[in-house]
Amino acid sequence: MVKKIFALIALAGIAFMLWGLFKSYRHQETLPRTSRYYAQKGPDELGSANLVTSVVVTYRGLDTLGEVTILFSVASIIGFFLKSRTQRELKAEGFRETSELLHTSTAFLVPIIFLFGAYVFVGGHLSPGGGFQGGAIIASGTLLLFLATPTASRGKTIISLVESVSGVAYVGIGIAGIFLAAGFLDNRILPTGRFGTIFSAGAIPVIYSLIGLKVGAELSAILYKLKDAKEDE
Amino acid sequence: MEYVALATGLLLVLTGLWGIASQRNIFRIIIGFSVFDTGLHVVLVSIAYLRGRTAPILDEAVSKGQAVNRIVDPVPQALVLTAIVIGVAITALMLTFALKLYEKRKTLEIESFEDLKW
Amino acid sequence: MIYFWVLTIVICAVMLGSAIMALYHKSLAVTVIAAGLVSLLASILYLILAAPDVAMTEAAIGSGLSTVMFFYVLRRMRGGENG
Repeated sequence: MVKKIFALIALAGIAFMLWGLFKSYRHQETLPRTSRYYAQKGPDELGSANLVTSVVVTYRGLDTLGEVTILFSVASIIGFFLKSRTQRELKAEGFRETSELLHTSTAFLVPIIFLFGAYVFVGGHLSPGGGFQGGAIIASGTLLLFLATPTASRGKTIISLVESVSGVAYVGIGIAGIFLAAGFLDNRILPTGRFGTIFSAGAIPVIYSLIGLKVGAELSAILYKLKDAKEDE
Repeated sequence: MEYVALATGLLLVLTGLWGIASQRNIFRIIIGFSVFDTGLHVVLVSIAYLRGRTAPILDEAVSKGQAVNRIVDPVPQALVLTAIVIGVAITALMLTFALKLYEKRKTLEIESFEDLKW
Repeated sequence: MIYFWVLTIVICAVMLGSAIMALYHKSLAVTVIAAGLVSLLASILYLILAAPDVAMTEAAIGSGLSTVMFFYVLRRMRGGENG
């Protein structure tokens, strides 16, 4: 009970601070200076119609690289702590056979889900979408595969292969920016093309596709490890 | 509209923090963290909103020249985009640790983990 | 315009309600679903606040993948849920 009272006092303090934040907030009529620069110069400089994409991939590209690194280290830590069960142990546990309906619809739907994920990250510089969204959609497709065939353990090598290849290629393109353009992760190593078409915005579609593959593989790996976790005694 | 969203976000932050501070079950603490996380995202997005403006994507409706006066702030949105992915990664990490703790002690009651108390 | 106002207020009210439910409901499965509902409604709110990119991410990750992750872990913790 005493602990709850202390927690309540701490929470009241935080609520007071947040109330101050809320009271001092005034809605703005114009963009702040940094955003104004991005909105004015961004489309001509980088050629990307989606300004969020140009901020994520190029202007703040280093943040995105760090973020992908965090995802990678989380996936490795989870892999370190949770030992996967082998296929024989999974079979011995006796999963109920999945239904005919689920099998058939999985075979029909999973390619379409993967295709939609690829569409979302390839068109990330033109429309809402991009690597993170497309990667999450691809991970949902993998999840459907896991649900349909709980005992299979094939996809593991594919997942780790996609993960490492896309990660290396992402950093490689970033380094190519140092030599061919203005700096690390600069997208103008490829021609920026005509504004608003699919082959435009330099390397942004390439980088965002690699991020999409990487995020999809990491999230699939995390789901996989949580699904197959073995109890050790 | 953005004031309502901002207030909701701040209240969600408070709700999540209260859950983290008051719950006894580790699983419920993680759920409190997830609510807290969503609240922070709502706060950031509602601060980025400017009245009567549209999404920061240029097309037929918004041309390059008009962009400065027609779009909302793209920078906090980019920030939230990465924050969501990091949030789910951290949640997965916390769930893994909770799973290991449960396997060791067969309980999730936070009062029963007192190795560091004296 | 008035339509968006009403929608925003309804969404915010339901979000706060399900956040409370996510903390205090007796069954752990219901709390996981309620936390997913908070995320899903937040993604509609982002759409109203002119952030379609964020809305897509939140809908796919916040309410889809993280809910499934919670359930995978919950399945391993049978017996620990009352506490």
